[in-house]
Amino acid sequence: MTFRVGDRVRVADRAHEGHHRTPAYVKGHSGRIERVHGSFTNPETRAYGSEGLPEQVLYQVAFDLDPARTYVDVFEHWLEEGR
Amino acid sequence: MSDHDHDHDHPHEPIAGDQGSVAARARALEELLVEKGVVQRGDVRRNVDWLVSRSPADGARLAARAWVDPGFRDRLLEDARAAALDLGLDPGPSPVVVAVENTEQVHHIVVCTLCSCYPRALLGPPPAWYKSLPYRSRAVSDPRGVLEEFGLDLGDGVELRVLDSTADIRYLVVPRRPEGTDDLGEEELAALVTRDSMIGVAEPLAPASAIA
Repeated sequence: MTFRVGDRVRVADRAHEGHHRTPAYVKGHSGRIERVHGSFTNPETRAYGSEGLPEQVLYQVAFDLDPARTYVDVFEHWLEEGR
Repeated sequence: MSDHDHDHDHPHEPIAGDQGSVAARARALEELLVEKGVVQRGDVRRNVDWLVSRSPADGARLAARAWVDPGFRDRLLEDARAAALDLGLDPGPSPVVVAVENTEQVHHIVVCTLCSCYPRALLGPPPAWYKSLPYRSRAVSDPRGVLEEFGLDLGDGVELRVLDSTADIRYLVVPRRPEGTDDLGEEELAALVTRDSMIGVAEPLAPASAIA
């Protein structure tokens, strides 16, 4: 696990062809790690018939969006160190 | 109004609508999954039967127990799956259920902006509006407006938190215990906990004594 509760992170602002679970409205946004949920299979590969391995750490990230603070579950490979 | 045989008298659009093609598509998909050995024949039916057998009554039992038992409340907020098992409830196949608590200061609302993720094991099938595009987008872009449409005016002093269940976690809101319920037992309290209050778009019902 790379990040800990309280860490600032930024969601990668990248396009992704095919199934993924990172909503567009947080791409490129910075937030704060709120919870570390544990490791889960990767939906981006599992959606296409694989086992979804290796598992990826899933975090709950808090974003101060307008108009309300929003908590989104984001997989580790979408997160970068943020400010 | 269509001219098919009716045993009721209100007008409506033909019910079949697009459902026929959706059902045909679902059947074709099931056939293909069975043929490829992904699921066994009967798996789909069994899962649908399980899903529609679930109801918000289970989630309501969790909330009511949390209201009367501070130790259980702590356990529920720490590990909702384990807390559900403690009460003999089926938390379902989702690996993690997270319960969050509404208080005087903080109000949570749950959405799945990407599809319709929902704690089905504890709340039953999600309502149609939960799966609709307007709810899925506006719960994030205008959550206070959504709540107002559900009849809930939070007031400026309450911090609103939106939970978007984008992945493997299922979120359950433990609503605020209504005023005037000190004398109620756990079962009576559970009867006040509605599905919508556990999604965070409504408060629980007021006790009958408050309405009378």
